[in-house]
Amino acid sequence: MNASVPIKHTQAESDLLDRFDSAKGALAGSVAVAALREAALGQIRDRGLPHRRVEEYKYSDLRAFLKSAAPLAAAADAATAKALLEGQDSYGDLDRFRIVVANGTFLADLSNTDALASEGVTLTALNDALAGEGGAQLLASPKTGLSDGVVALNTAFVQGGVVITVKAGAEVSKPVELVQVATSTGAQVTRNKITLGEGAKLRLLETFAGDTGEGELNTVLDCELGDKAALATTRLVIGAADAPRLFTTIATLGAETEFKSLGFIAGPRFTRNQQFVNFTGENSEAKIYGVTMAGGEALADQTLIVDHAVPHCNSREFFKTVLDGRARGVYQGRINVAPHAQKTDGEMMTQALLLSEDAEMANKPELEIFADDVLCAHGATSGQIDEDLLFYLRARGIPEDEAKTLLVLAFLSEAIEEYGEDDVTEGLEARVRDWLAGH
Amino acid sequence: MPAVQETIDTVKAIDVDQYKYGFVTDIESEKGAKGLSEETVRFLSAKKNEPEWMTEWRLDALRRFQQMEEPSWARVSYPKIDFDDLYYWASPKSVEGPKSLDEVDPELLATYAKLGIPLAEQEILAGVEPKNRVAVDAVFDSVSVVTTFKEELKKAGVIFCSISEALREYPDLVKKFLGTVVPVTDNYYATLNSAVFSDGSFVYIPEGVRCPMELSTYFRINEQNTGQFERTLIIADKGSYVSYLEGCTAPQRDENQLHAAVVELIALDDAEIKYSTVQNWFPGDKDGKGGIYNFVTKRGDCRGKNSKISWTQVETGSAITWKYPSCILRGDNSRGEFYSIAVSNGHQQIDSGTKMIHLGKNTSSRVISKGISAGKSENTYRGLISAHRKASNARNFTQCDSLLIGQECGAHTVPYIESKNASAQFEHEATTSKISDDQMFYCLQRGLSEEEAVALIVNGFVKDVIQQLPMEFAVEAQKLISISLEGSVG
Repeated sequence: MNASVPIKHTQAESDLLDRFDSAKGALAGSVAVAALREAALGQIRDRGLPHRRVEEYKYSDLRAFLKSAAPLAAAADAATAKALLEGQDSYGDLDRFRIVVANGTFLADLSNTDALASEGVTLTALNDALAGEGGAQLLASPKTGLSDGVVALNTAFVQGGVVITVKAGAEVSKPVELVQVATSTGAQVTRNKITLGEGAKLRLLETFAGDTGEGELNTVLDCELGDKAALATTRLVIGAADAPRLFTTIATLGAETEFKSLGFIAGPRFTRNQQFVNFTGENSEAKIYGVTMAGGEALADQTLIVDHAVPHCNSREFFKTVLDGRARGVYQGRINVAPHAQKTDGEMMTQALLLSEDAEMANKPELEIFADDVLCAHGATSGQIDEDLLFYLRARGIPEDEAKTLLVLAFLSEAIEEYGEDDVTEGLEARVRDWLAGH
Repeated sequence: MPAVQETIDTVKAIDVDQYKYGFVTDIESEKGAKGLSEETVRFLSAKKNEPEWMTEWRLDALRRFQQMEEPSWARVSYPKIDFDDLYYWASPKSVEGPKSLDEVDPELLATYAKLGIPLAEQEILAGVEPKNRVAVDAVFDSVSVVTTFKEELKKAGVIFCSISEALREYPDLVKKFLGTVVPVTDNYYATLNSAVFSDGSFVYIPEGVRCPMELSTYFRINEQNTGQFERTLIIADKGSYVSYLEGCTAPQRDENQLHAAVVELIALDDAEIKYSTVQNWFPGDKDGKGGIYNFVTKRGDCRGKNSKISWTQVETGSAITWKYPSCILRGDNSRGEFYSIAVSNGHQQIDSGTKMIHLGKNTSSRVISKGISAGKSENTYRGLISAHRKASNARNFTQCDSLLIGQECGAHTVPYIESKNASAQFEHEATTSKISDDQMFYCLQRGLSEEEAVALIVNGFVKDVIQQLPMEFAVEAQKLISISLEGSVG
């Protein structure tokens, strides 16, 4: 393949190039940030949107899916944001702090800024940081790599977000909900950065509200864990949406850290949840979970690369997928073990349940190992509901629909329960029931 | 867990500088012109007295090949191959004309004897049936030098000859099946092969016949700068059975040599084909110099209902291996199997695996792959399991284990598992400890310790794979089998 041959742009790609021309004057950041944005857009110009010939997007052809690209969403409207938040109750009355970002703007007034400050958490608008001296660092942090098309798209267009800094030793007492609200339609491109000082502990709940219309949602969560820090992050993606939902998590883990994440997807037409986990210090542990539900014509893609660059780290990946209608599920996971990353222990499992004749599942659990004293395993299964289990329940007088609901719930709950964030378990299981009842 | 000492020793014993078959046979040979062109193809085709349609078929493939790009997705790296610096035809001078054992150059017979492949037909002593009789087709550089037991096979109705001969003697049969499993433009190397294949074996087992002996082809590359492009076509008609063995060696040379083969298997209703390979091409020396580039397309088509195709391979040779023996499970209730042990050492690069494509109802497949990498080698398992819409009740079980010995090698697993049918049941696993909790429980309950139980189960499991190999290969495989599974990783 010759990169010098110009590609023929699709409508969406032309739209994106136009979008950049009209928006770049208003996009925040220093000169260095502007250069990074240009470079990222150059990648889209040269290579186009990621498509099926790009191995990482083999099953999720964004280029073919995205027919046109809407303009970026207009400036945030605080009143609308407030109204939308009142109607949003993903976690019911769970006692939590809240951070609100609307159309990329961090809204300090709607967030528990003071309460969080007293817990050792500082909040800054991303755009202020981008304009500052180290701004470019935020977009060019190691491993965010321009090479991924979705990240490049994010870098080019990022409208804003929030920088969350937890000081060393601070253990935040309640979960922190980071709500991203669309107060008007249009593309939402955000990036949020979390930095945990040594020994800090945080539980983060990512939720989304509002309607982006024909605009895509593209958000990057960049987490940096100092030594002995612990972060649990739950990403809840629910509700129908026709435009692509593109999520990226980048985690850089120091020594003796604990990182947990759960990606919960139910509803959108096209979702990609990609996670890049990098071990940079020894004796750390990462646990990555995925719970995916897709029906109708939906495509749900969970992609994961865990990079064991140092010895003595453990990683667990456990992904569950339920598919109905003509939905397509994708799991791509890769564990890399670098030379000399001895005593690595990696275990990856992906399981899919197909509820309809026409659903499709693609599993690709990969291992790439360069060290000889390691334990790595992966498993993958796919199949339909076990007739024997169904019969057992039916024989006990449970109607078929309810029996199926029970079995699906039990199947998905395995991952939710292993994730072990007890205060969100109930909320997540309720969302599973919602999906089963409503899709 | 690190590998145990016994394993390390065993792998060392088959290390690259221990290559036994590196000698060169000094024999007068005839070569075609260097380079890949229409002339080369026409020369080849004329040399083999091929029918007109075959020449056209080749030329068509050549034209397609010239427009293709070399694939780069495999985890192997090598300098660009100059296809114009190769000979596409080399043949020992003495093999012109009719082939019977008495007329074969004694030098050639000696070569094969040295490789442990006796070409003389064993006489059947009165009342004593020899235990393992194998019919051999010996391919030396570009031509088949001799095929043994032809007459006896003919009595059973089995056709076993070189593909050149088949093109002359049974053109209709060849025309009907050639290229129907691996189409001319299937991939880069298959297309090249379609244009310039020089020889190979042809097997046809008629309806209801169980082939009375094992069939075998033994490939030897001798000449310098010569590519070997063989083509094998095996057809098992309704209700028949055949077991086929393939072996290969090459002399120790500093330059890399190219081997791009295509193997097509076709099993009709209720037929079974068992295909075993011990691949022992020269792997290059300990500094990674020389060795064979092995780019092979092997595919079986379970065309009829209840048919079965089984691939067994032991891979120890070649500088680069790029090989994915696959099964297309088209017929209802058909079954595909893939058993593989791939050992890489020195600077070897192996990218191998299988594809099981479930198209028919109630089809099943089983994939067992064990990769062992040592030295500075790279060993990749790449596999595709897919169930299409109509493949109701398809079943697959895949297990791939790899073992690393040393700090400088790599082991990789790249499985693709695509299910488009809800009733398809796919299981993929990659740990020894996961093999079966039930078996463990059974053994523990009878008083075995956990370690003893694991050893027992693992041994039983390895034996399973080895039993797939015909007797003739068991000895060669034996060396690899004693390798312990301890310390293996998914």
